[in-house]
Amino acid sequence: MSTSTIEEKQYLTRFKADTKSHLTIVNHEVCQNNCPEKFCTIFCPAEVYKWEGTRMQVGYEGCHECGSCRIGCPQQNIKWEYPKGGHGIVFRLA
Amino acid sequence: MSEKFDVIVVGAGPAGTACAYLCAKSGLKVLQIERGEYPGSKNVMGGVLYRKQTEEIIPEFWNDAPLERPIVEQRFWMMDKESTVTFGYKGLEWAKEPYNNFTVLRAPFDRWFAQKGVEQGVLLINETVVTECIVENDKVVGVKTDRPDGEILADVVVLADGVNSLLAQQLGFRKELKPDEVALSVMEVINLPKEKINDRFNLEDNQGCTIEIFGDSTKGNLGTAFLYTNKDSLNIGVGTTLSSMMNAKLKPYDLLDYLKNHPMVAPLLAGGESVEYLAHLIPEGGFHSVPKVAGHGVVVVGDAAQLVNAIHREGSNMAMASGKMAAEAIIKAKERQDFSEASLNKYREALYESFILKDLEKYKDAAHTFEHHPQYFNDYVPMLNQAMSKFFTVDGTPKREKQKQIVKGFTGEKGTLNVIKDLYRAWKAVK
Repeated sequence: MSTSTIEEKQYLTRFKADTKSHLTIVNHEVCQNNCPEKFCTIFCPAEVYKWEGTRMQVGYEGCHECGSCRIGCPQQNIKWEYPKGGHGIVFRLA
Repeated sequence: MSEKFDVIVVGAGPAGTACAYLCAKSGLKVLQIERGEYPGSKNVMGGVLYRKQTEEIIPEFWNDAPLERPIVEQRFWMMDKESTVTFGYKGLEWAKEPYNNFTVLRAPFDRWFAQKGVEQGVLLINETVVTECIVENDKVVGVKTDRPDGEILADVVVLADGVNSLLAQQLGFRKELKPDEVALSVMEVINLPKEKINDRFNLEDNQGCTIEIFGDSTKGNLGTAFLYTNKDSLNIGVGTTLSSMMNAKLKPYDLLDYLKNHPMVAPLLAGGESVEYLAHLIPEGGFHSVPKVAGHGVVVVGDAAQLVNAIHREGSNMAMASGKMAAEAIIKAKERQDFSEASLNKYREALYESFILKDLEKYKDAAHTFEHHPQYFNDYVPMLNQAMSKFFTVDGTPKREKQKQIVKGFTGEKGTLNVIKDLYRAWKAVK
């Protein structure tokens, strides 16, 4: 079967999540007050970011570690680190 | 006191491994640090590995390396909603040694390549993040890692830490990347039986095909899609500049599904099974985005140095070649026991004299031109499709009359002068 949703896509990929997030919203109020577009909720290829009305939920466990959110956040409001060694996404193929 | 190496290579992609391999081969003591579970576990590309720059590291690698198919046909599609204009070349000289390029899956390939380095004496440590370079008196003298007592010293540190290269940024070699300097690409690997691939793409067992798709594949945004044949699977992906994705409010996975369901693409994928989904950034800033690549005790290679020619989808070859040039400069620096910036600048000089910076210079304005003039993807691809449709539809109209209508179709919509301007601008950007 080919996939048709992001959930199905993410299910194909292996993750070895750390217990601690490697992605941090510096200030949730900046998301709420200064960022009407909330671009990260649109372009993140793994739908890591979800706006929950008053704060940004960060599902770091499914992160592909691409770096888009760090570069694309218009407010530079995302602290982006690599997950601890050996953790995070594990590509098996390409 | 921690152990000291001649060279520490950060990252085990093609650039880092090429450099580590050659340094170890010439007798240097090399430590290679990879943050993933194994080399390749964090690495992604569409899938084209170039023969020339790889054989310069490992001669006749095709006898041993885990490759998918030698590419014998390269197709280019200018795709509209329900049509496509195709251009391409198929040549059987590419089906035999020494080949031109290959499709590969990066996880097995990178793992194999790094193992070759280990056989030359590279000490490879996986599952370890380099958190920063240790700088003393303006000179890089080693790295800190996320392991306990994780400080390690070396004469030279090679930053092969990929497109995001937080280390090059830490050293001030470049500023933070901007959304128009990177392309966000997503892809799926789709299993399909070998016989089906051979039939659908008109191939024999040991022949591969690549298709680059422009136009409606990105809904007219600056970027491309690709469809590559592996042995028993296809890689299908699409990317646009991050800035385009932001402006158009595109979700990358929606764009990928749009592509997969496109009537020109869907029949090629039919019955396939998706087995992996991957996202990655490609450094596409080109010539103007190349950072400082050599400093006291440090060099920057591959994606970390933003060495990608987006127009020709070349990157893995530039990674290999830059890793080799860095190794040659390091080996000479070791002979002189001089690891200063002036000494390691031999690497920078070699890079700028090679095809890498010459090609990046050639296309230095291309991305900017196409980003700021979206008509090339938005208008001209559909117009080209309409022209071809008109020309090849047999409806009793004399051919000369058809030609007139086609020219009128182009110039009437935009005005003759604007068409000439657009043509000149495009030519200038890629000449």
